[in-house]
Amino acid sequence: MTMRSLPVGEHGLLIELDSGEAAEALHAELLRRAAARRLPAVREIVPAARTVFLDGLADPGRLAAELPGWRIPPLDRDDSATVEVPVRYDGPDLAGVAERWGVTPEEAVRIHSGTEFRVAFCGFAPGFGYLTGLPERFHVPRHATPRTRVPVGSVALAGAYTGVYPRSSPGGWQLIGTTDTVLWDPAREPAALFTPGTRVRFVPEPEPGPAAADRGTDTAPRSVSEGAAP
Amino acid sequence: MTDSAFVVVRPGALTTVQDLGRFGHAHLGVPRSGALDQPAHRLANRLVGNAEGAATLETTLTGCAVRLRRTATVAVTGAPCPVTVDGRPAAWGAAVRVPAGALLEAGAAAHGVRSYVAFDGGVEAETVLGSRSTDVLSGLGPAPLAHDAVLRLGPPRGPVPGVDGVPHRGAARELVLPVVLGPRDDWFTTAGLRTLATGEFRVSAASNRIGLRTEGPALERAKDGELASEGMALGALQVPPDGRPVLFLADHPTTGGYPVVGVVPEPYLAAAAQAVPGTPVRFTPLGRVSWPLSARRDVPSDGTGGVAEGVAKNVAEGVADRD
Repeated sequence: MTMRSLPVGEHGLLIELDSGEAAEALHAELLRRAAARRLPAVREIVPAARTVFLDGLADPGRLAAELPGWRIPPLDRDDSATVEVPVRYDGPDLAGVAERWGVTPEEAVRIHSGTEFRVAFCGFAPGFGYLTGLPERFHVPRHATPRTRVPVGSVALAGAYTGVYPRSSPGGWQLIGTTDTVLWDPAREPAALFTPGTRVRFVPEPEPGPAAADRGTDTAPRSVSEGAAP
Repeated sequence: MTDSAFVVVRPGALTTVQDLGRFGHAHLGVPRSGALDQPAHRLANRLVGNAEGAATLETTLTGCAVRLRRTATVAVTGAPCPVTVDGRPAAWGAAVRVPAGALLEAGAAAHGVRSYVAFDGGVEAETVLGSRSTDVLSGLGPAPLAHDAVLRLGPPRGPVPGVDGVPHRGAARELVLPVVLGPRDDWFTTAGLRTLATGEFRVSAASNRIGLRTEGPALERAKDGELASEGMALGALQVPPDGRPVLFLADHPTTGGYPVVGVVPEPYLAAAAQAVPGTPVRFTPLGRVSWPLSARRDVPSDGTGGVAEGVAKNVAEGVADRD
């Protein structure tokens, strides 16, 4: 495994790895070490696609120098709870996704709901998880022009990831379904249903009821997200 | 009526509740948020005898006006602005006694962008993940102030400490921001990095609590294509495809897919938050930090890609030791 340590300002360390899986394994090891108080004081540990970012380190160079000597066990795929998310596969892009996959929409639903996903990292909005698990042949591009408004609870695909929009927002992912599951609830501990490492299964629900069409109109976004918005 | 609250009479362009921010939730996509000009926020609290973490109001350019339902000690700091109590001038940057029923107004900023209004006892908004801050990116925390909204105040504190004088930065003619290069400075050409160091940038009117956008020359990229999403730091200078750096402020997204050419150290962000649109911006790259940039687990100490090479590379490039 190759690790590259990159400076982020005076107190940040970005560790770049070969793969998302390696980043998840390092993130798990960082959390283990933090829990065992064998990690220097740090303000944030943010896993992402192929990196882990540590912020608020007193001496990032020292940790960067130690990292190559660490033994990082491979990811244990059975060490976290599985969250089941009921989904109505009624998204406007389901037919298009199935076509790209070369299967019927019914088969696309079986593929998606038959996949065991894992939250690789979170970002974009509180509670938005980037879920990995779909084989590469099922990766689909984002829309060239993002929708200005994606309803809350939309189940979507883009690139290597599946995600669920925790609230209504702009977005460019392919929408294949909707869920009533609450992704983000600040009164809950943790507030996010999807936290890095969580395993997720989507369970198909029967045909959509009449209430499904209007979902999400009550939560207008207060602002438009910037950067690489889903 | 003498309850511990105030009524918003004029919310201004954007007035939000802010404290020191939310920490420890970036991995769930939660921005730090908090007052953009933290020294001004802390000072306002100190002036009225609050702890520095008490919530204040952060105004934007046009100030705000509120009617108090209880007598309160109030202080306005940050961007200098006319302060009035029932229309009569009161001191800026000092503790002011405002009687119950009186109208407190912080006027438009004479220079700068954001003024801070502290009340003894602090603003008692609902706490979300340990903070009362309004986060405009993700919508966490109390809604921005609206006309006729009622906000609560905490119990008044003890005696207000005496303060001799409040230091105040003058209006900045130019915003000078040091930049620690990395993590993705290698995504830009030498010419692109020279543009960062010498280019004439200006603060864009599209700036907000998420980021200070700039107008000016585009930074030339050495690499095309997309960067996989990675964690973003407060103060990161992210460069979107148009080549104009965006300085990430408190409500910035926690991950992003555009390369970060460098990071502005936190102590300089308050000045950035007070720079009005049109202010010239000069970036002064400090070079890279000097610890090893490359470390391979599979090729220990063979000198081709390990720690030794990282150090040698830094020395060869004449990078100042900043540790």
